[in-house]
Amino acid sequence: MVVQALAFYLFAIIAVISAAMVVTVRNPVHSVLFLILTFFNAAGLFVLLGAEFLAMLLVVVYVGAIAVLFMFVVMMLDINFVEMREGFLSYLPIGVLVAAVLFVELAFVGGGWVMTDAKMAAIAQPVPADMNNINALGMLLYTDYAYIFQAAGLVLLTAMIGAIVLTLRHRKGVRRQNISQQVQRQRAETLEIKKVPVGRGI
Amino acid sequence: MELLWDGYIQPGIWIVAKILAIVLPLLIAVAYLTYAERKVIGAMQMRKGPNVVGPFGLLQPLADGLKLFLKETVIPTSANKVVFLIAPMLTFILALVAWAVIPFGEGLVISNLNVGILYLFAISSLGVYGIVMAGWSSNSKYAFLGALRSAAQMVSYEISIGLIIISVLLTTGSLNLSDIVLAQSGGIWNWNFIYHLPMFVIFIVSILAETNRAPFDLPEAEAELVSGYNVDYSAMTFALFFLGEYANMILMSGLCATLFLGGWQAPLPFLDFIPGPLWFIFKICMVLFIFLWVRATFPRYRYDQLMRLGWKVFLPLSFAWVMLVATFLVVFDKVPA
Repeated sequence: MVVQALAFYLFAIIAVISAAMVVTVRNPVHSVLFLILTFFNAAGLFVLLGAEFLAMLLVVVYVGAIAVLFMFVVMMLDINFVEMREGFLSYLPIGVLVAAVLFVELAFVGGGWVMTDAKMAAIAQPVPADMNNINALGMLLYTDYAYIFQAAGLVLLTAMIGAIVLTLRHRKGVRRQNISQQVQRQRAETLEIKKVPVGRGI
Repeated sequence: MELLWDGYIQPGIWIVAKILAIVLPLLIAVAYLTYAERKVIGAMQMRKGPNVVGPFGLLQPLADGLKLFLKETVIPTSANKVVFLIAPMLTFILALVAWAVIPFGEGLVISNLNVGILYLFAISSLGVYGIVMAGWSSNSKYAFLGALRSAAQMVSYEISIGLIIISVLLTTGSLNLSDIVLAQSGGIWNWNFIYHLPMFVIFIVSILAETNRAPFDLPEAEAELVSGYNVDYSAMTFALFFLGEYANMILMSGLCATLFLGGWQAPLPFLDFIPGPLWFIFKICMVLFIFLWVRATFPRYRYDQLMRLGWKVFLPLSFAWVMLVATFLVVFDKVPA
């Protein structure tokens, strides 16, 4: 258990420090890198909890896909670091307000938490003994919460279609490549062999 | 004291020994993969390849390694130094840690994770960071363009690889790599590449793109980008990228062998007397040969065609295959327990 405790403190401390670094470092690319480190340590905490499926999902989805897009955008932007700092004081009250609201909400959630025996048992053994946690998650998602799961998928689909509709535009006069047309092209349509008389040309 | 020795020190030593037993042969394999690459491509182009250093040029990789080791590490003045140095280390480390879950034989695996395949997928999806960080921190146009290209490329092909893995998982019913291999036991006709033949082909092409190998080596297209994301790297920092890239090739071949070619199992039952790890290594070498063969054979793809292939051809095909496999399993009541 000593190793687990040490690992927990390691992951937890790095996660908290790097989360703080995300908002305090000057360079936005560094802050994305710290965000990735935070995700990674959160995944480590999941592994310690015995939720290795969630941990891997966190790494695949957030670190492997979403953070890459973040990084892409941040790297491409031409950001003036000095200008960015200027508005700091004027936005400070709003930031403090948002933080305060979030903190109060968290406090309410934590304060309203009642420990019953059933919950204690669930914490001690979150997954039924006869299946691993992937099976357990699958059973929950696809049987008990199937409709909600489908609804979540629909929301994502709508978002995806929305993004496509917003960015799709047909410009006139752009030559496009038609692969099937190119593949179907016959030699007879494109090539013509002529006998050229010597010294006269065509 | 007894508890400390039995509970921590002894297992610790044992784990380190197991890790070394994989990492050292892997590094030697990487060195000789570069040699094999030069020899194979040389043979295909009717040249001799390296043949001066040592018998048949066998010491060439060591000479190359020594050269890279002794050279000066140059860090560009306008580079972001910390990120610049972390990037090659990250590439190299990620290429090594993924080996923890690859089973070399029955029970011959460092960590028998029950989400092994997801772990591999997660680690390989992180590989893009090494390249992006290198490209950005070098503060050079060529490096940055190479990094952007490769990031887009790797993210795109990961999706089709993920879907292919899903269709294999549907038929084996487990995310554990050892279980996936055991589900293919009983000879070559039980291996996944027969049932998933179209996906096997797409998988091979996708891992070529995922490891940035020819004909999809646009990130380091030497004709346009000099050498892409690693143009500003020298000596050991460059060597780490190189090692990471080749270790990734071997890893992806190992993944291919595990998923489709029956892992450590013999193709015919009477060949069982040859030990499993040898079969596994043999299969990895076969897939690696495809890597080299393709490099010597095909010209480089154009970038828009590469993206088209990933998103408009492989993605719908692999999606359709997942649907097909799932439907088949349900209709014929063959869903693995």
